Amino acid sequence: MDNVIPIIFGMAAVTYIPRLLPFLMLTNKEIPKRVDSFLKCIPVAAIGALIVPGVFNSTPDMPVAGIAGILFALVFGLWKGGIIIPVIGAVVVTYSVLFFGV
Amino acid sequence: MTKEVEQAFKAAIPIFIGYVPAAVAFGILSKGCGITLLQCFLFSAVVFAGASQFIALNLLMTGMGGGGVILTTLLVNFRHFLMSASLSTRVSQMSRRAHVLMAFGVTDEVFSVLSFRKGTLTKRFVFLLELSAYSAWVSGTVAGYILGGFLPDILTKSMGVALYALLLAILVPELKNSIKAVVLAIASGLLNSVLIKLDILPDGWTIIVCILVVALAGTFFMVDDVREEVYG
Repeated sequence: MDNVIPIIFGMAAVTYIPRLLPFLMLTNKEIPKRVDSFLKCIPVAAIGALIVPGVFNSTPDMPVAGIAGILFALVFGLWKGGIIIPVIGAVVVTYSVLFFGV
Repeated sequence: MTKEVEQAFKAAIPIFIGYVPAAVAFGILSKGCGITLLQCFLFSAVVFAGASQFIALNLLMTGMGGGGVILTTLLVNFRHFLMSASLSTRVSQMSRRAHVLMAFGVTDEVFSVLSFRKGTLTKRFVFLLELSAYSAWVSGTVAGYILGGFLPDILTKSMGVALYALLLAILVPELKNSIKAVVLAIASGLLNSVLIKLDILPDGWTIIVCILVVALAGTFFMVDDVREEVYG
């Protein structure tokens, strides 16, 4: 495909501009309290939707493997916290379930 | 200072684990689609937005024209507008130039890590994190294109869980601290499941609707906001 490069740059522009505009529009501006509290609710709202329902199908061949991994991350996270161990542990658990084909 | 560097790399490890196999898959797929190495590299190097790159490949394969591909990309990636808006309130101490640069790296995962990081977001932390995520994505893409499926299949599949585990591990401390965070996160996940089942919105827009609806609900029904409890 030879006409792909202009398309790639077009994609880059429409991806970058929405990522950039808020920084130009909002930073150092006086933001009404309501709007500010809306913006502060965004991370929790976003992360909820980024996890569910995708997480239930993270290993499409055998969904139970991914779910087992995620459960490990959840339980370990609640118990001890941290990021690296829950993530690596989740991969190890998922790998084991896929490997042994429970 | 060194502590900050260490924290940035620690935060980057899970992103690395999640991005590399996905990027490798993108490299392999592009080769299969008849994309050149340069084009494949450019995809990851200048667009830097996982899901939309896969979607673009599929659309190109179906013969869709450039305008359609670009419009779809805009729709799929528009959620980052909301994510940047949320981040923008926390980086007022940075220069304009830093904003222009950091905006390029606002992916779902980078946004999540930055949003839930306690205290001030410094330039050093933000850029180290973004640079690590970016190098994982770009080098994984090129490696996948050149080397093909060099990672064992079963390992690649298991690593698919890493990004979800990362997001969950970021969210968990918040859940422990705030019942409102629990309510909002679960509501958002449920709403997203329903919207995906209904299948009436284009790719990427279920998340946008969830963010708008749930964050608005959070603002109106829960006057003192979720984050204040945690960050004080």
